[in-house]
Amino acid sequence: MIVFKEVSKLYASVEALADFSIEIDNGEFIFLVGPSGAGKSTLLKLIIREEIPSRGTVFVDGEEVSKIPASQVPHLRRKVGTVFQDFKLLTQRTVAENVAFPLEILGLPDDEIEKTTLEILKLVSLEDKADSFPSQLSGGEAQRTAIARAMVLRPEIILADEPTGNLDSGSAWEVMQLLAKLNSLGTTVVMATHNIDISSSLPNRKLELQSGRLVKDSKQKSKAASKKEK
Amino acid sequence: MINLSRLLKIAKQRILRNPYNSIAAIFVLFLAFSISGAFVLVTASSSALLHYFESKPEVTAFLKDNATGAQVKKIQQKLDGTGVVSKTRYVSKEEALQIYKERNKNEPLLTQFVTADILPASIEVSTYKLTDMTKVEEILKNEPTVEEVVYEKDIVNTLTNWSNTIRFAGGGIVAFLLFTSFLITLIVIGLNISIHQDEIEIMKLVGATSGYIRTPFIFEGIFYGAFSGFLATILLFIIFLLASPTLNKTFSGIAILPPTPLTFTFLLLGELLVGAAIGVVGSLVATKKYLST
Repeated sequence: MIVFKEVSKLYASVEALADFSIEIDNGEFIFLVGPSGAGKSTLLKLIIREEIPSRGTVFVDGEEVSKIPASQVPHLRRKVGTVFQDFKLLTQRTVAENVAFPLEILGLPDDEIEKTTLEILKLVSLEDKADSFPSQLSGGEAQRTAIARAMVLRPEIILADEPTGNLDSGSAWEVMQLLAKLNSLGTTVVMATHNIDISSSLPNRKLELQSGRLVKDSKQKSKAASKKEK
Repeated sequence: MINLSRLLKIAKQRILRNPYNSIAAIFVLFLAFSISGAFVLVTASSSALLHYFESKPEVTAFLKDNATGAQVKKIQQKLDGTGVVSKTRYVSKEEALQIYKERNKNEPLLTQFVTADILPASIEVSTYKLTDMTKVEEILKNEPTVEEVVYEKDIVNTLTNWSNTIRFAGGGIVAFLLFTSFLITLIVIGLNISIHQDEIEIMKLVGATSGYIRTPFIFEGIFYGAFSGFLATILLFIIFLLASPTLNKTFSGIAILPPTPLTFTFLLLGELLVGAAIGVVGSLVATKKYLST
């Protein structure tokens, strides 16, 4: 479970996130929507402690993120897979090597790394691209590689920051299907997007942000609606 | 658990993928270690040379032509009575000629017209301590049959001065060069860190520990230092091998040169250790400075 309690984040005098409180349950798939600069990326960065809140607290699995010692931050990041708009792949490594990278960091034996990597590549339908380099991939393939890398450690949470931002509509839907598949396997997915087509066409919970403030939570809305009906 | 062979592989890839950086680092460190190593050898040699003269204190008294055997014996007894003399030896005119001929056997012109008559007989006196040579000199000078007294006082003084100068100046230069080597390592590793900034960011995002990120840079620093130290030792070995005939001739009979394999084994170990240590410190400082930002 991810919990934000009255979180604010200031960059100099600019408030990227203001008094923000939400709870995200395990196994949820939520969209963070809003225009650029609304605070979506800041929110994701706070979850993996790339940033620390100026005020308030963030909890991941009951642990207060800002109180995790620096030496334990890598362990938090192994629990939370991340996917970015610009893929962030290692250009000198092949697809398989990129996917295997988090496993190498764990110091797993080569045969285990090879086996797990192949399984994940099959899951994202990239087994035939295992030896290709990122520069030889289409945008959709590169993003699927990034998703494969994010999920190779079987994280409980996947954060996706505009994962379809650089993709054509066909590739974007492929990525969405993949994230939905991961969610169906029990992974919590938090996806930031300003692609209205994608967020509005799916029934998932949506958190709408504007200027760092939560302006709409579809879950609260549906709760209120069902209360009214009663 | 960190897999060291994987980290070594990463370090190797980084070295090979930035050949100009690597070559520049190795070249500068190699120069610094070569000069430092040369100073260490020169200092060691001058110390050995000094020790040689200090450990063989010898005064030579050249005798007048009319000195008799009885007079020589009397002088020897007098010297033995001082208690500071370890050995006295009488060198007759004939023996002096033999010694002269032996020393100049390759120069027939110098030996052709020399006879025993023109060479003086002498008494060679060895003392236990270098400081006792002045006392012996005083005794010998007062002997009427002694023409001249010579001993290595001046050589020892000059050598001591030289040795101290080399030690201090060399020490300063070596310290300066080692500090420069440290800075070079820091700069090159810092440059490599900035080149791999994207890779480092990705490593952090996928949960790499600080140790995992730093270790390949430290391996890289160790490689630059140790490899440069190795090359510097090879160069010094070659130079000393080439120079050894001249050095042997100059310092004939003094067992300081040519350098023994043992000397160079120690020099190699020293260069490798110092090189690796500079690599470790330079890369640690670089990773601390550039990775935390």
